[in-house]
Order: sequence, then C-alpha cells, then structure tokens
Amino acid sequence: MIRVRGLEKSFGDHWALRGVDLDVAEGECLALIGPNGAGKTTLLRVLSTLTKPSAGTVYLAGQDLASGATEIRRRVGFLSHQPLLYDDLTARENLRFYGRMYDVRESEKRATALLQRVGLESNQQDLVRTFSRGMKQRLAIARALLHDPPVLLMDEPYTGLDQRAAATLDSVLQDAGATSRTIVLTTHDLERGLRISQRTALLVGGRLVYEMKQGDRDIELFRQEYERQTAGGGVTR
Amino acid sequence: MHRRRFGVGDLLDGIAAAAVAVALFLVFLVAPREAVMGDIQRVFYFHVAAAWVGYLALLVVFAAAVVYLLRGDRRWDRVALSSVEIGMVFLTEGIVTGMFWAKATWGKPWVWEPRLTTSAVLWVIYAAYLLLRRSIEDPGRRARLSAVYGVLGFVAVPINFMAIRWWRAVHPLVFDSSGAHLAPLMLAVLIFCVVTFTLLYASLLLHRLRLEWMSEQVRHLRRQQGA
Amino acid sequence: MSTLRKVWAIVYKDLSLEKRSREMLSSMFIFALIVILVFSFSFDLRVERVQQVAPGVLWVAITFSGMLGLARSFVQERDQGCLDGLLLCPIDRSVIYLGKVLSNLCFTTMAEAILLPLYLALFDLPFRLLLVPILLLGTLGFSAVGTLVSAMTVHARAREVMLPVLLFPLVMPAIIAAVKLTAGILDGQPWGEIKHWLQLLVAFDLIFLFVSYVAFEYVVEE
Repeated sequence: MIRVRGLEKSFGDHWALRGVDLDVAEGECLALIGPNGAGKTTLLRVLSTLTKPSAGTVYLAGQDLASGATEIRRRVGFLSHQPLLYDDLTARENLRFYGRMYDVRESEKRATALLQRVGLESNQQDLVRTFSRGMKQRLAIARALLHDPPVLLMDEPYTGLDQRAAATLDSVLQDAGATSRTIVLTTHDLERGLRISQRTALLVGGRLVYEMKQGDRDIELFRQEYERQTAGGGVTR
Repeated sequence: MHRRRFGVGDLLDGIAAAAVAVALFLVFLVAPREAVMGDIQRVFYFHVAAAWVGYLALLVVFAAAVVYLLRGDRRWDRVALSSVEIGMVFLTEGIVTGMFWAKATWGKPWVWEPRLTTSAVLWVIYAAYLLLRRSIEDPGRRARLSAVYGVLGFVAVPINFMAIRWWRAVHPLVFDSSGAHLAPLMLAVLIFCVVTFTLLYASLLLHRLRLEWMSEQVRHLRRQQGA
Repeated sequence: MSTLRKVWAIVYKDLSLEKRSREMLSSMFIFALIVILVFSFSFDLRVERVQQVAPGVLWVAITFSGMLGLARSFVQERDQGCLDGLLLCPIDRSVIYLGKVLSNLCFTTMAEAILLPLYLALFDLPFRLLLVPILLLGTLGFSAVGTLVSAMTVHARAREVMLPVLLFPLVMPAIIAAVKLTAGILDGQPWGEIKHWLQLLVAFDLIFLFVSYVAFEYVVEE
C-alpha cells in the first residue's frame, strides 16, 4: 500500500529525513516512535502530499507521489496536530464543506453517521469554537474518515485527549482492522504504540533505525533500543 | 567554481574595464558638444546606458526565476538575486543621471511621465523583492517566493509603462519612427556606452554570483560546525 | 463541472465564516470610510474643486481597505491550520486560488456597495450606472494579484507591511486605469476618449488572473 525508498527532506541546512525506506502493507497498522525532531511529522506530511520530498520515491495506494499527488490525496485521511477545522462554522458545516471538497457521495448521510460514530451528534449545530480539545479531535477524526480513505495518517493523535476522545480513537483503530484500512501513526507513547499497532518502528535523526513486529512484542527490548538510539544525542550525520 | 583559475570572469572583467576607459574617453573627449545644452548633455550617454541595464537586469531576473521554478536548481535563484541587486544599482544611477538631464532640459529634476515613472515603479519592485527575501527564513521558500515575485514584476513593468504612457507623455523621444534624432557620432558613442554598461553588468553579475555562492558555503559550514 | 462546484464551496465557506464573525466586512468598510474622510478634509483645505481629486480618493480607499481584506483572508486560514486542510483536498491548487479571489472580490464589492453612496454624497457627485462595472473590473484586478501576493506573505515576517509593499507596484496600472475611467464617467467624457483605459484594465485583469493562477501552486507548495 505504501512504499517509500530513499526518502530525503531538507529544510535549508536541516535534514529532517535522511534516507528512509519503508513498506506498509494493506490493512497494516504501523506506529512510528521517536524523540522530538526525529522527522516523524515530516514523514507523515510527505506521505499526505503536504510536503514535497527533496529526494526519493513514494508510492501510496498505487500512485506515484511525483505524478499522482491529487489522486493520493483522495485516498488519504490526515489527522494532524491542528484539527484543521473552521472555528466559526458548526460541526456539521465543517463536514459539509469537506464533503464537497472530497466529492463525498450522499455526504449528508455520511456526515450524520460519522457524527454518531464519534459521539458528536448532539453538538452538530454548535460552533467548533465552543468545542473542547477532545471534541475537536473527535470531529477531526470524522473529517479524516469522511471520504472513507484506504489510508489513514495520524500525527500524535493521542496528545492532549480526554478519555472519551481516546476511546473513540481506539475504536476507530480497531475498526480499521476490519475494513483493511492502512494506518500509520506517530506517537511518543511507547506502550500505546506497541499495543495498538502491528508493527512499530523507531525513527531517530531522520532514519528508521529499529523495527519490531507484533509477534516479537517486548516492551522492555524496544525501550532499551530506544534509550540506546537516543542516548548519544541521536544518529550522527 | 572551486579553484581560482583565470577564467571567463577575469576575461570579462578585463574587457569591461577597458571598455569603460574607452567609453569615458569617447564621452568626454570625442563626442561633439551639443549645440543647445552644452557639456551637461554628456550625462545623457550614461543615463541611457544605465537605464537600459536597469531594465535588462529585469529580463534576466525573469528568465532566471522561470528556470528556477521549473527546475528547482538553486543556482538560478542566485542569478535572480544578483541581477536584482546589480540592476537596482544601475537603475538608481539611471534615475539620478536622468534627474540631472531633466533639470538641464526641462528645468525640473522630476516629471511624472512614462519612462521616469515606470523606472520609479521598477525601482520599488526591486526593493520589494529584496525586502521579501529578507523576511523569509526558510531558504527553499525564500527562493520560490522571490522567483514568483520576479515573474510578477516582469509582467507588471510593461503594463505599467503602457498605462503611464497614455497618462502622460513628456520624455524626449530621441528614437521614434523616423529614426534617431542624433548626430551620427553621438549615436555611435551612445551605442558604445550601452554595450560597455552591458559588459560591466555581466562582469559584476558574475562577481556577485560568486560572492553569493561563497557566502552560502560559509553558512553551510557554520551550520555543520554548530551541529 | 466539479471544479466550479469546489470553487463555489470555498467561496460559500468564506461567506459563511464572515457572516458569523462579521469582523472583516465591518473593518474594511470603516477603514475605507476613514480614508475618504481624511482625504476629503486634507484636500478641502488646499484644492479649489475637491471633485477633481475625488476619483483618486475613491480608489485609494478601496485599495487600502481591499488590502485589509486580503490580509485577513489567508491569515485566518493559516492561524487555524486550515490552509493545510485545503491543501489536503484532492483538488488542483489553483482551485483554491480561484475560490479565494472570488471570495475576496465578494467582500470588497460588498464594502464598496455601502461605500459608494456615501462617497458620492460627500463629494457631491452624480451616480452613473457605468461606475458599477468599473468598480468590479478594478476590484477584480486588485484581487487577482492581491490573492497571490497575500498567499506569499503568509510565511513572511512583518507580513502586514510586506503585503502593501509587494502589491502596490504591481497593481498600479489597474488603479490608474480605474481612476481615469471613474473620472471620465463622472465628468461625462465621450467614450472614445477613455475606452483605451478600459482596454488596459481588462488586459490587466486577464493577464494577471492567468499569471497568478499558474503561479499560485508554486507559492503554496512546500
């Protein structure tokens, strides 16, 4: 589903990604763990077409990033740090707008279904400005799923969430398994990352340095590796 | 551009320097004294040549900007930047000498007519370009946005000229449909000056390019040291 | 055509947002009014017939308040991260451009609609129907370039200052043409005398719409 080869990204002299190779199979859930500045957000942004790579190739859902960016966007749902919602519109209006932009069929019905799913049905006519962080994130999840994308990218989705929102997110991830939705998420939280994903990878200094599959699940081992990789101030250039 | 060899740049420097010397000689000693205005008229040769280069630089900026946007090669961004800076210098000279010329011809240093006003607008466009560069930190974005602005500026200038030309028309039309209104010798000196200034522009451009390339290397090394 | 529908979706969204917050339209209108008042005081003390400078005053007011609208248009998106939201949609970047140009055009013309009668009253000028298309064309040219430039300055430091500095030299021909046309219409000049200004204005609009449409993608990508 996702194939990345030799991905590099630099911002001036700062190299965020230094040659990343990655494969994610359809229906798989991959967690990317890493310290701040490791390049996790940059990697997700490249996959979602928000950022163009400096070098390397990316294939997503059968499309080449270089030529089929628009098609990729159609197949990707992105959950970022910011909710990407309009404060002065209601929850429903936000979904309606994005429904139009994504050519979602029967968008009103779909919006209703999603609002129910994330538990915001009773708030749908309220302005997003009045929502708590947890509510905004739940609406953002609805927005990301609106066009039923085969790939879901989530950047530190659990940060700052209340119980209810975290539970919603958990159940969405579980559903994904059933619908063979491919998921890549980044997180600081080692335990959670290992728990919810099938594969966990360690990204340090712009490189993928370690991977662990569901079968060999061992938190301690991963944690040791994490400490080891990040202790020396990160991988040298 | 690694080692300091005797190359095109040096050759160009030599030719440009020689041309400037010859031009000075021609303008002050060979060109005939103008009947009505006297010696002050000699500023005309430098004025036209400088203004010409000021506009030529814009063309170079446009070409470099387009190539940069299409190819992404940062060298072209450096060309655009260098051309803006040098073009601005020449344009300033063109405007200032133009003011001397205007005072001598029309009695006033500045008149709101097409060529002068368009030149003022072009000057502001150059300045805006440099300000824009200074206000963006990310180098990739800086290069991209200034390239777009270079393209916009290039498109805007002829339209500006048309607009102001319809608005006023006072600038002496030295060249119009019936040919040049100049004595042949003066025309020859003028053409020589234009060519000289163009050579001077090219030689300065190369120097500026080299300077920009070196300062980028320094920045690069500094960051490496820091990291 | 689905592209048009999406352009309209963006315009509708911006209009809905403005309806809720009402900040932009009111500040644009008040700002334009202030400019007109200030100018009419200053000129009244010096110039015999204030009506001579009136066309210029109108367009200065529109230009300055238009820039206010432009600045808000993209800053709003950026502050809430919504620009990313738009960039994630499966659309050509230029669709965003068209949507933004149209919504800016809407807001500025709405402000103009309220401003015009006041302006005509203040300067004791007659209303001519021909003024309307001129206002539209001039504003369109301004919005076409302005939207692109304001997208550029979103990432710049001191962006409130950068926007007018970058925009004015580019937009000058359109303003000149618009002022000339306004003056010509108000004075009742024969059409033959001023029609080349209209040609210039239309040419400006078309050229810059095209160039900005193409260039927008380069400005907004990362």
